[in-house]
Amino acid sequence: MRSACRSLFFLAVAVTLAGSVQAQETASTTEEKPYHVAEDGTVSWPVFSGFRRYNSVCHTCHGPDGVGSTFAPALVDSMKRLSYEQYMDVVVNGRKNVNTAVQRTMPSFGLDPNVMCYIDDIYAYLKARSDGVVPRGRPAKKEDKPAEWAEAEAACMGL
Amino acid sequence: MARLTPVSGFVLAFAGTMGLWATQAAANDELLKIQDDPKQWVMPLGNYSSNRYSGLDQINRDNVGDLQVAWTFSTGVLRGHEGGPLVIGNMMYVHAPFPNTVFALDLSKGGQIVWKYEPQQDPNVIPVMCCDTVNRGVAYGDGKIFLHQADTKLVALDAKTGKEVWSAMDGDATKGETGTSAPLVVKDKVLIGNSGGEFGVLGKVTAYNMSDGKIAWRAFSAGPDDQIKVDPEKTTALGKPVGKDSSLKTWEGDQWKIGGGTTWGWMSYDPELNLVYYGTGNPSTWNPAQRPGDNKYSMTIFARDADTGMAKWLYQMTPHDEWDYDGVNEMILADQQVNGQDRKLLVHFDRNGFGYTLDRDTGELLVAEKYDPAVNWATKIDLKTGLPDRVKEFSTEANGEDVNTTNICPAALGSKDQQPSAYSPKTGLFYVPTNHVCMDYEPFKVAYTAGQPYVGATLSMYPPKGEDHLGNFIAWDATTGKIKWSLPEPFSVWSGALATAGDVVFYGTLEGYLKAVDAETGKELYRFKTPSGIIGNVNTYEYDGKQYIAVLSGVGGWAGIGMAAGLTEDTAGLGAVGAYKALSSYTALGGTMTVFALPE
Ligand code: HEC
Repeated sequence: MRSACRSLFFLAVAVTLAGSVQAQETASTTEEKPYHVAEDGTVSWPVFSGFRRYNSVCHTCHGPDGVGSTFAPALVDSMKRLSYEQYMDVVVNGRKNVNTAVQRTMPSFGLDPNVMCYIDDIYAYLKARSDGVVPRGRPAKKEDKPAEWAEAEAACMGL
Repeated sequence: MARLTPVSGFVLAFAGTMGLWATQAAANDELLKIQDDPKQWVMPLGNYSSNRYSGLDQINRDNVGDLQVAWTFSTGVLRGHEGGPLVIGNMMYVHAPFPNTVFALDLSKGGQIVWKYEPQQDPNVIPVMCCDTVNRGVAYGDGKIFLHQADTKLVALDAKTGKEVWSAMDGDATKGETGTSAPLVVKDKVLIGNSGGEFGVLGKVTAYNMSDGKIAWRAFSAGPDDQIKVDPEKTTALGKPVGKDSSLKTWEGDQWKIGGGTTWGWMSYDPELNLVYYGTGNPSTWNPAQRPGDNKYSMTIFARDADTGMAKWLYQMTPHDEWDYDGVNEMILADQQVNGQDRKLLVHFDRNGFGYTLDRDTGELLVAEKYDPAVNWATKIDLKTGLPDRVKEFSTEANGEDVNTTNICPAALGSKDQQPSAYSPKTGLFYVPTNHVCMDYEPFKVAYTAGQPYVGATLSMYPPKGEDHLGNFIAWDATTGKIKWSLPEPFSVWSGALATAGDVVFYGTLEGYLKAVDAETGKELYRFKTPSGIIGNVNTYEYDGKQYIAVLSGVGGWAGIGMAAGLTEDTAGLGAVGAYKALSSYTALGGTMTVFALPE
């Protein structure tokens, strides 16, 4: 059961890396504005999904809603600077900054489906946060989960 | 001064020529003897019964107001400081969070550092510690100090020199298994649990031979009967045999293997019954829909034979947890009358908000009442079946995945977390540091990967509706299940309490106050603001005719993780930061021990 899950998952990672769960439009526009927020504040499902995943895995180090902490940098600032590829590289492979003065470790999440299957959602959420279009905290209104998103999720998570 | 002097105690323990049998007997007798000497503080919870009570009465309700700081000591570590120092004879042993430094201080030389031990640990263990890099203290036995490191290694240090005698790697930190709990020395063995319920780690308790560090027995929290050391016919749950495969039957397929039930809390021991008591933590993941069944034996009180590890009885408090109500809090052993009958009691204040009183010999459930009136996820506990009567509105299982269930009380932190209570045989009351926090909880699907977080829920925490304080310090009657008095605190009380024969009860607060209150009335008698928020446990000892009160400050832990991480704004630290954001205007990081005494 587990090993079947695992191989499915590796497949899924490969697909994700090619840019999948969130159906990719033209790469350049989605990278710059990979989110949708309606005038009344309703966020697109991927942004909400990114909020949830971020605040269950990344927040313990990067602070709530990406605001940073003494453990790790504020991603609301980092995302202004980082390209999609750079973001992917750090999250997939991790990064170590360990010497006598600092012991900072960004874990690698390349094998974690809870991150990799939602990596574009987290990206969308963080971009929306760093562009200032999504406030702190739980988005008050969200779109329904789109059917194709649910399908992609199920395939990626091997659920 | 008729008692054994500490020095001769050491000499006894160090007489290396003794045979194995003699060493075992000596170690056992030594601890039984020292725990009854109020001048020393030989185990983290004071004695095998985890009473955190001291017979010292030089400091009492009439003079405690005159307390002064006698001396202080910095650990040099910034993260959360749980636990507290041990005092054995003229030596004090102080520990710190990661990197888990241990200091041996000589009280006869003004606290001079006799030795310092700093383990080399892979910093990769830091990211897999869910709720700050805490450690709840060292243990003493047979002339050795036992340290349970973050990376799960158990190290035996020569108490005199700090030299490593042996070490044993208990688990695998690359899979998210870590060590935060204090060991317990029982007879010739030293027992430790494990941490990592947020990484799908399977709980276990392991007994190591104190002499050589070899495993004597190991009991898992879930799995086949032989692995969990349960006898289908002889082990009972509320008086009835548990039957065959009682754990396996409550999981789907292999899920138990990543099912949690870690054992990161406190252990107690009854030398007469020869039983060790402890509780197990949450089932993994936090998304209940993904693990159908009762998920035995997460959230369970175990009574195990100290020699073999076999379970005599067990009781699962929160079957199929839906809120992260770990069952690991301390098990306090007390002999009191219930309904006019003398009983050997086990009293346990669970994260789920109920205070349980059981017969510790048979596991019979005698009392189960809410120790915080805010508790709303269940109306009551049925004493016959042991089952909570759940309220659908607050059931994250009933409401389902992707639904944000709101206003659940208590929050995942529990009405109380690991911060140990005190029991005074003098007043017959339990003094309980509590959280007064509620939460929103939204579960969602997660997949398991070894060494990666396996949480599956987002949370936010806040005080109960219409209230503005996050904690209470209460006095509890365990024979009736009633609150005697309750002191509101602005923040959760995350510090272990101490009760003394001087009719004083001590505890620390997250803002950093050490407080002394009247054991009968709860009236505040003294407060002092220590250098940082207190999540450590208050201890007392006597040296050279003088009683001292000692406590570690150093804010952090789950309640303070936002603080420890330098956060100043809402919602994080597994949802705890929102509720605790104001804390940063009261205190800052840093580990210091403060020792108090009366003026000359
Ligand atoms: C255990 C702590 C920890 C967790 C959990 C964590 N990170 Fe990090 N992350 C770090 C640290 C520390 C750094 C900085 C490393 C350095 O100094 O080079 C970092 C760096 C980053 C960077 C690069 C920032 C920059 O300015 O270059 C990104 C992007 C990032 N993390 C994203 C994430 C995401 C997304 C998650 C959740 C899936 C996550 N992190 C979870 C600790 C963590």
